[in-house]
Amino acid sequence: MEVFDAISAKFNYWIYIIIMMIGLYAMMSKNNLVKKLIGMSIFQTAIILFYVSIGVKEGATIPILYHEQVHPAHDSGHHGSDTEHAADEHVTAHATDLHIEPDQFTNPLPHVLMLTAIVVGVATLGLGLALTQKLYREFGSIEESEILESIKSAK
Amino acid sequence: MIEQSPAIIVLAPFLFSIIVAIVGVKREGICFPLVLLSLAITVAASVATLIQVVDTGPIRYWFGGWEPPMGIELRVDGLNALVALAVSIVSLLTAFYSKRAVPAELPDKVSQYYTLYLLLVTGLLGMVLTGDAFNLYVLIEISALTSYALIGMGSKRATLAAYKYLIMGTIGASFYLLGVGYLYIKTGSLNMVDIQGQIVANGLLGSPAIIVSFILIMVGVWIKMAFFPLHAWLPNSYAYGPTTTSALLGPLVTKVMIYVMIRMILTVFSPEFAFIELDWNNIVVWMSVVAILAGSISALAQTNLQKMLAFLIIAEVGYMVGGVWLADDMGMVGAIYHIIADAFMTLCVFLFAGIILTKTGKRDLSAMEGLFKKMPLTMVGFLVGAFSLIGIPPTAGFFSKWYLIQGGISSGQYEYVVALLISSLINAVLFFRIIEIAYFGTKPAEGHGHHHEEESAEGVTEAPFSMLFPLLATAALLLGIGLYNKEVVAIITDFVSQFNFGVIIP
Amino acid sequence: MKTLSLIAVVITGLLLLSAVHDFPDWADPESPASDYRLSQHYITQTFPETGVPNMVTAVLADYRGYDTMFETVVVFTAGIAIIGLLRRSPSSRNKDKGKATRTYKKKPDLIVDTTCRLLIPIIQIFALYVIAHGHHSPGGGFQGGVIFGASFILITLTRDLQAAQKWVPEKRILNLAGIGVLLYAGFGFACMLLGDNFLDYAILHKIMPATPTEARYHSMLGVEIGVAFTVTAIMFSIYSNLASNGEMKETL
Repeated sequence: MEVFDAISAKFNYWIYIIIMMIGLYAMMSKNNLVKKLIGMSIFQTAIILFYVSIGVKEGATIPILYHEQVHPAHDSGHHGSDTEHAADEHVTAHATDLHIEPDQFTNPLPHVLMLTAIVVGVATLGLGLALTQKLYREFGSIEESEILESIKSAK
Repeated sequence: MIEQSPAIIVLAPFLFSIIVAIVGVKREGICFPLVLLSLAITVAASVATLIQVVDTGPIRYWFGGWEPPMGIELRVDGLNALVALAVSIVSLLTAFYSKRAVPAELPDKVSQYYTLYLLLVTGLLGMVLTGDAFNLYVLIEISALTSYALIGMGSKRATLAAYKYLIMGTIGASFYLLGVGYLYIKTGSLNMVDIQGQIVANGLLGSPAIIVSFILIMVGVWIKMAFFPLHAWLPNSYAYGPTTTSALLGPLVTKVMIYVMIRMILTVFSPEFAFIELDWNNIVVWMSVVAILAGSISALAQTNLQKMLAFLIIAEVGYMVGGVWLADDMGMVGAIYHIIADAFMTLCVFLFAGIILTKTGKRDLSAMEGLFKKMPLTMVGFLVGAFSLIGIPPTAGFFSKWYLIQGGISSGQYEYVVALLISSLINAVLFFRIIEIAYFGTKPAEGHGHHHEEESAEGVTEAPFSMLFPLLATAALLLGIGLYNKEVVAIITDFVSQFNFGVIIP
Repeated sequence: MKTLSLIAVVITGLLLLSAVHDFPDWADPESPASDYRLSQHYITQTFPETGVPNMVTAVLADYRGYDTMFETVVVFTAGIAIIGLLRRSPSSRNKDKGKATRTYKKKPDLIVDTTCRLLIPIIQIFALYVIAHGHHSPGGGFQGGVIFGASFILITLTRDLQAAQKWVPEKRILNLAGIGVLLYAGFGFACMLLGDNFLDYAILHKIMPATPTEARYHSMLGVEIGVAFTVTAIMFSIYSNLASNGEMKETL
């Protein structure tokens, strides 16, 4: 049972490692160029899952402050006012005045890092697809073995 | 303004690349002057930064005014400033070369090529100067994406090479990202110096997560620097891409990755961890010995000039990785000095290969018949580069080998010294073979030889000024760095001495 | 090759798994990453220092704004790289071995056409809402830009590339993308010219009628708009280049 506890307490890491290895295997061993790119996409998604799972806290919500914390009760008369005035009044506010508990919110930093990583993954995928299209245009095939053969026979 | 100079090093090529992208589509003629202007600003800013660092010590530049680890910072010390200066000068010289080469090889893609060129330089300079581990990943990806495209714009074989490079490069960068993730999950910070502080403060020095993270980061960086046996992407990419691309990527990308490895070992995981806790020095030095020998021997077997030079890059990477992992201060100084010297050596020989390809249209060694008479200045430039790769004084290559051999002897890794000497010998065989072909031409066989010489003499004149000037400037710099090696080594020794190699490694 | 990669994959997997027992548990509030002063600072001090309730946007656009600028550059690079790889001069088009586009004309189907006419304005307004409201709800420049770009791709899918190009002409795409990145860099350089470090928005309160905290708030919005421009243009550009095999005449 200890083994089961050990596994279930950290099951997120097991999942992401298995997904990552599936993606890595596809990238290295498949012959079709597009299948390699799909493997790359799976591989990068697993890394994103790992990072996002770092920041999770039990019982916490998304990292956006509640409406009541941004506009506290004595300010409800200005409900429709500009946020600029509200921000101005709270410039010197301390965290405890607004009742912000760090345990209420998930860690925002992994989300920020993964926004960047997702964009980088999309850019790499787009570039890989463009290269694949150029290869099809030049060699007439998207199987790596056929392309290598046609290079050898053309020499 | 002078305290903004570290930021200007990275921001100048970035700003001009966007301008080239917008304006260059309509008027191609304006691309080249803009590129030159932006790289000149970068070189000026790096000189200013180097002078500042030598005078007052390490610089810390906080982006957004936020104190690290809340914000991102640039940390410039002796190592950074030297490598940044080398990168900017190499890119400026290659830009001169590209004036004639790019419109000739890629006639309708000039503005896109120059945009990607400047973005590559931005990525490399940002990588060299940053002090934040995740920022380094984003910049690795910028330089990787631009290099895939710069290679893929070439001929048919280049596209397949670029695709293979894409797959392997993404695996490498993702391993690096995963390593940073493991560090973050145990320490909670992303700033390089702060991570080391946290590791020491929480006593994590021997924990499995930190060890696995070190392995992942090392493997990721080794893939990107083409350390044998993870080098499969390099020879084809540099041999079949456009010549300007090889001249730009060859000297820079692998060397900056070696800088990243040094920075990770020294600043993030302290030298005590890397060299004492994990006792792998011997294994990695043996791996680098294999890399040196494999690179040099494969280079002997090639007839394509650029492929031969690409295999020499693999051997040079072996020198530097071995030098770092000797765990000795002379070895570290030698490896850092070799980064700078090798950038210029490789630039010299790749510029020469590009000139040969442009002028004679042939890629193999037979293109060099009788070149001493037809292109004397080009051959002089090539000779300096070749002597530097072999290790003949007073070029820079001799001094870097000298320091590396000293490091090998004082740390007792004699196999590394033997490998260095064998590889110098093989380089000598390689280059004297080329010099022989260039000086004497191939031996005349039954009277047909004269016809061959006359045929190859048709239309091959001296290289144009825009291609010749960078070659000769690089040769002059190689001699300069060699003759002034005491000053350069003083800056490097200043940097290395703060890690107390003599004390921690008995 | 397959057995070799299988062995490599298994070794890598075991290496990664060997460190798992050292990690903090799932959803542990005391884990080092959540306990360290970095994330505590982000959660508690974001609103007092920048006036933005959405911590993710504040960290993205202000604390780590340098990173986000390079992320925008990554998107821009991908667009330029795909244009550089796939576009080519008319003379070299005849040597293709593989034909990638078909040449038949589509007639727009009535139901699809009408549905898209109703949907596309709503999608675009929603995209603008996501960009502008990124400070108070999940959103921001990247998310809104992708939705906006998707609306143009929807036009391409239902009609053809020529119809979409009436909205986003080929010549203007790069200009729009470049202006987006220049807007981001422009905020940074304005801060540098006023004497502070790059991307230090607080100094902009000298030219804006606002306090330093509000200056950060508004600069973040400006920076996100720049990001949205670039992402919109490049999303559409990547799609149209890939789908038309670089020729920009007709799609699959």
